[in-house]
Amino acid sequence: MTTRIDTRFAELKKQGRAAFVTYVMAGDPDPATSLEIVKALSKSGADVIELGIPFTDPMADGPSIQAAGLRALKVGMTLKKTLDLVRGFRKDDNVTPLVLMGYYNPIYIYGVDKFLADAKTAGVDGLIIVDLPPEEDDELCIPALKAGLNFIRLATPTTDDKRLPAVLANTSGFVYYVSIAGITGAAAADANAVGEAVARIKRHTKLPICVGFGIRTPEAARAIAEKADGSVVGTALVDALKNSLDAEGRATGQTVKAVAELTAALAQGVKGAQQAAE
Amino acid sequence: MNVVKPNSYRSGPDERGHFGIFGGRFVAETLMPLILDLEKAYTAAKADPAFQAEMNGYLKNYVGRPSPLYFAERLTEHLGGAKIYLKREELNHTGSHKVNNVLGQIMLARRMGKKRIIAETGAGQHGVATATLCARFGLDCVVYMGAVDVERQQPNVIRMEMLGAKVVPVQSGTRTLKDAMNEALRDWVTNVHDTFYCIGTVAGPHPYPTLVRDFQSIIGNETKVQMQEIEGRLPDSLVACIGGGSNAMGLFHPFLDDSTVEIFGVEAAGHGLTQLHAASIAGGRPGVLHGNRTYLLMDADGQIQDAHSISAGLDYPGIGPEHSWLHEIGRVNYLSATDDEALAAFQLLSKLEGIIPALEPAHAIAKVMELAPKRPKDHLMVVNLSGRGDKDVPQVGDILRGKSK
Repeated sequence: MTTRIDTRFAELKKQGRAAFVTYVMAGDPDPATSLEIVKALSKSGADVIELGIPFTDPMADGPSIQAAGLRALKVGMTLKKTLDLVRGFRKDDNVTPLVLMGYYNPIYIYGVDKFLADAKTAGVDGLIIVDLPPEEDDELCIPALKAGLNFIRLATPTTDDKRLPAVLANTSGFVYYVSIAGITGAAAADANAVGEAVARIKRHTKLPICVGFGIRTPEAARAIAEKADGSVVGTALVDALKNSLDAEGRATGQTVKAVAELTAALAQGVKGAQQAAE
Repeated sequence: MNVVKPNSYRSGPDERGHFGIFGGRFVAETLMPLILDLEKAYTAAKADPAFQAEMNGYLKNYVGRPSPLYFAERLTEHLGGAKIYLKREELNHTGSHKVNNVLGQIMLARRMGKKRIIAETGAGQHGVATATLCARFGLDCVVYMGAVDVERQQPNVIRMEMLGAKVVPVQSGTRTLKDAMNEALRDWVTNVHDTFYCIGTVAGPHPYPTLVRDFQSIIGNETKVQMQEIEGRLPDSLVACIGGGSNAMGLFHPFLDDSTVEIFGVEAAGHGLTQLHAASIAGGRPGVLHGNRTYLLMDADGQIQDAHSISAGLDYPGIGPEHSWLHEIGRVNYLSATDDEALAAFQLLSKLEGIIPALEPAHAIAKVMELAPKRPKDHLMVVNLSGRGDKDVPQVGDILRGKSK
């Protein structure tokens, strides 16, 4: 099975540069604007797009992404509409990898088999489900792999060498290294510590390793891109989106532009990185 | 329901923390190594006689156990049926059953070398118990409490602060217990290196539902011995209120294999089951939240819904996974009581027995008022009086004065 994720990382490897991975919340601040934002991400230099599935109780997320989820839910966003958004995006873009990121309950309630079939048809390439550790692989990970989707696992500073093989066993597409013990949008990642962690994980896997949590600026994205196969930025984009909204939390003429501009700047940062020799 | 009955109702969970389809370990990777460590530490502690001996010492001399099993003579006469016994958990130090579990977890935390304790709390009873034991053992304590609950349970907020704990009002989501738990999990994930999460109920990722149950089982174990001493036999029925369900599980678990004992759990029906309520089994279905699969209140998209109960301690859109399993296999009957029924029971017990119950067990008393009259006079019914009502006096006073106007 080769997904758009595998293809994209193979291309980037040939070009000798790291991936720029972006995260936004599906349906934030409304479904139509959200679709325009996702389109703008790929046009502004995002190599991989992570799309958050809104959930009422995002236990691993900081205030920015919590608020983004609530904005989306307030305008009636659902998992089904998230898949509609993916379908809308795929009308114009059949190459940019798209990963859904979120929590298990909406998928469990949708029905795992139906969700996987619908997600694959809609054009989803992979899943990052925060509250499904390898101990719960039978729930969604194994069925997702069978359905031809990548299941991207989070490795964290608390994942030691003994545990890494279990975490990596059914991981595909790429490994998402969470640079800090904490929630999204919290402390800044330290590039040197990240470099050591990436080297440690690389001893256990050939998969690309992308690093996220705590990366907000083009400079930080670049520093991480010099140590890893990709930099992930979420909260900073969500904050740029939020700052463009009107007093009632609705999109303005600046909303798509604000996200696109920051994306372009971050992409420049990542592209300027000097990749470590492998 | 066509469910195969197990040989024992007390053998769960399996090694992956499942009670049937319920339970499990649905947590972020950052937390996974910690809960595996906790499981290891708990298994070792259970096998260590010194751990049990030390616990027993504190249970006796600090908590004040055993709690009495008291024959509620006037309530029995008033209802005219079953002989009603109250398991007086409200007489424990800190005023509720919560201290049984907190003592166990704090002793585990000390064994694991953790210096900082975090907890979530609804009514504040678990928060007070945690703050108390942190004071006793010189540990840092941070309690997350929904901002709505901070308002309606002021006496407990003040107590926690007096005990040296930091109370953090949680402003996210519905600003009640569920959000306090989210915020506690966020703290834990951020401070994994030195922090122990002291969960207050039989929910969360494995091994929490099991270890909280085990620490609370002293309630049922004592009841068994005490009833034998008083009446020379087992009780005929057990009744307890359920939010997450720790006081209920503590009373029920030792009796699950005694097939003659009828068991009733009472959820909070709030304004009524067709309106806002907190009865996960009556009004919910299986889903995944806060580390476990269990019955949850949610919408068609799997979004968690707001719970409502007059009692902050029951105001939670989920229930412990073992309760979900006991419901599905039919061993425990889950009923529900509304805010108004609980208020009526609160007043009845206060006036007839001179015991002001917390609003949480008032829900259990409310169902006793229905169940007891339908049973014969030699029927022995035990109600878990899980907490005392001091914390609720200002709130209930306001409601009653408002109503009498």
